[in-house]
Amino acid sequence: MSTPVLSLRGVTKRFGGLVAVNAMDFDVAEREVLGLLGPNGSGKSTTLNLISGALPLTSGHVSLWGNRISGLPAQTITRKGVSRTFQLVRLLPSMNVRENVVAGAVFGHRRRWGQDAWDHADALLDKVGLGGKGDMALGQLTYIDTKRVELARTLASDPKVLLLDEWLAGLNPTELQIGITLIKSLRDEGRTIILVEHVMDAIRSLCDRCVVMASGTKIAEGTPTQVLSDKEVIRAYLGDDDA
Amino acid sequence: MSLTATDIRNLCLATLVFAVCALLPLGDQGYWLGLGVTIAMFTALATSWALFSGPTHYISLATAAFFGVGTYVTGLGIDTLPFWSLVGLAGVIGAVLAALVGLATLRLSGVYFVIFTLGLAELVRQVITWVQNNSGQKGLYVLTDLDEAGIYWWLLGLSAAVFLAGWLIGRSRLGFALRIIGDDETVAAHSGINTARAKVLLFMVPGAVAAMTGAILAPRYVYIEPSLAFAPILSFQVVIMALLGGASRLWGPVLGVIPFTFLLEAVSSNFPNQTTLVIGVAFLVIVYLLPGGFVGLMGRINRHLNTREGT
Repeated sequence: MSTPVLSLRGVTKRFGGLVAVNAMDFDVAEREVLGLLGPNGSGKSTTLNLISGALPLTSGHVSLWGNRISGLPAQTITRKGVSRTFQLVRLLPSMNVRENVVAGAVFGHRRRWGQDAWDHADALLDKVGLGGKGDMALGQLTYIDTKRVELARTLASDPKVLLLDEWLAGLNPTELQIGITLIKSLRDEGRTIILVEHVMDAIRSLCDRCVVMASGTKIAEGTPTQVLSDKEVIRAYLGDDDA
Repeated sequence: MSLTATDIRNLCLATLVFAVCALLPLGDQGYWLGLGVTIAMFTALATSWALFSGPTHYISLATAAFFGVGTYVTGLGIDTLPFWSLVGLAGVIGAVLAALVGLATLRLSGVYFVIFTLGLAELVRQVITWVQNNSGQKGLYVLTDLDEAGIYWWLLGLSAAVFLAGWLIGRSRLGFALRIIGDDETVAAHSGINTARAKVLLFMVPGAVAAMTGAILAPRYVYIEPSLAFAPILSFQVVIMALLGGASRLWGPVLGVIPFTFLLEAVSSNFPNQTTLVIGVAFLVIVYLLPGGFVGLMGRINRHLNTREGT
C-alpha cells in the first residue's frame, strides 16, 4: 500500500479515569470509504474529535500524508484539508442557508471570497439537493435539509479527507438512498471519507473497509461482510450467546 | 470588493450627515455644543464597542481603562509633543493594551471576561493613584488652546473613522469570521478560522478608539486625576447605550447614544442625585423590553407589517 492519507497510531484519550479511546491504530487509503462502527459509547465520535482537533490526544499520534497533525489546533487541521460534520448538526443561526455554506469556503483548505465564494456555495447547494434555497432562513428547513447544509459547508473548502459523524442517522428510507448516492459521488470525486455510522444498509453499500470499536478499543477490521460476521463484533453489539 | 449602488448611496448619505453635524459649532457655542461633544464621544465609544461585542457577545467593561490611559497620555505628553501625535500615540497604546488583555482573557468566556475587564479599569486606576501618592503628585493639568469646538471636531472625525472602519470590517473576511465565531465557536474553528487571533484583532479596535477618545477629551477636563479618568460608570454607559440602540448593526449604537444622552442630561440637571438610578432602570428596561435594542424593535415592527400585508 502506498502512503496512507490518514493514519492513527496508538491514539488514546482519557477523561480522568475513563479511557474513551484506547490505543487505536488504523490507516485510511486515498479514495477509501472507511466505516467506524461500534455500539453507543464505544468511542467512535471521540476518535473523530481527536482526528479533527476538537479534542487533544492523551497519547499517540495522527498523521496526514505522513505528517503529524495531532496536537495542531482544529483550524490548522481544517486548513490542511480535513473537514467534518457533527453528530448533532451545527449550523450558524444568524445566517441564511447560503451564508452558512460560504462560512466553510472562506478560511478552509482552499479559500474563496466574494462573488467566487457565493457562486461556489450555490453550486454546492445544487449538489446536495438544496438548489434555489440559498436565501432561506435555517428555521424553514427540514431535518435532512439542515444536514445537507452542514455537508455543503463541510465540502466548501474542498477537503481531501471528510469525517462524517452519523450523517445518515435519522433519515427515512428515501432520504437514506439519496444520502448514500451523495456520499458515493463524493468518493468518486477523489475524497477520502471516514464515516461513523449505525445504519447497516449504508455501511454495506458504502464502506470499502470497516473498523469496529468497543469500549474504546479496536476489536475488528476488514470488509463490511467480514466484520459484521465477526464473533467479537456480534458479541459487542448483542452480548454473549449464553447471556 | 466592488461597490454596489446601495453602498455608494450609503456612503454619500453618511458623508452628508457628518458634514451637517460638523456645522454645529457655527450655530451654538454653549449648551448644544456641549451636548454635541457628549454625543460625539459616546458615538465613537459605543460604535467601536459594538464592533467587537456585537458579533462575539463578549461584554467588555474595559472602556474606562482604555479611556483613562488615553487621558493620561495627553496629560503627560502635552508639554512636549503636539496634540495630534498624542491622539495617535494613545490609539497605539490602547491597541497594544487591548491586544495584551485579549491574549490573556479572550480564551475565557462569558462572565469571566466581563469581570476581568471591569477589574482592569480599577487596576490601572489604583496603580496610577499609587504612583501619584508615592511621587507626591495629585493630578495633572492639561492646558491647551483647544476649545470646545475643536474637541467636537476631533471627536466627530474619530466617529467618522470608526464608522468607516466598521463598514470596512463588515465587508472583510475578519468581520465574517467574527459573525461565525459569535454563532458557534466550534464551527468557526472547524471552518479554518483562527478564533483567538480574530477576536484579539477586533478587540484592539475599541481599545484604540477609547484611548483616542480619552486623549481628545483630556483638554476639556483641564485637571485630570485617576477617579475622573477611570470612572467605571463610563464603561456601563457605553454598554447601555450600545445595547439600547442595538449592537447587531453598525448604525445601531448611535440610535441609543442620542436619546440616552438627552435622558441623562435631563435627569442630571433636574435630579442630580438620581443619575445612577436612571442608568439602572434603563438597563432593566432594555433587558426586559428591548432585548435587541431599537434595531431589534424596528426589525420586529417590519416583520409585523410584512405579515399583515401578506394576509
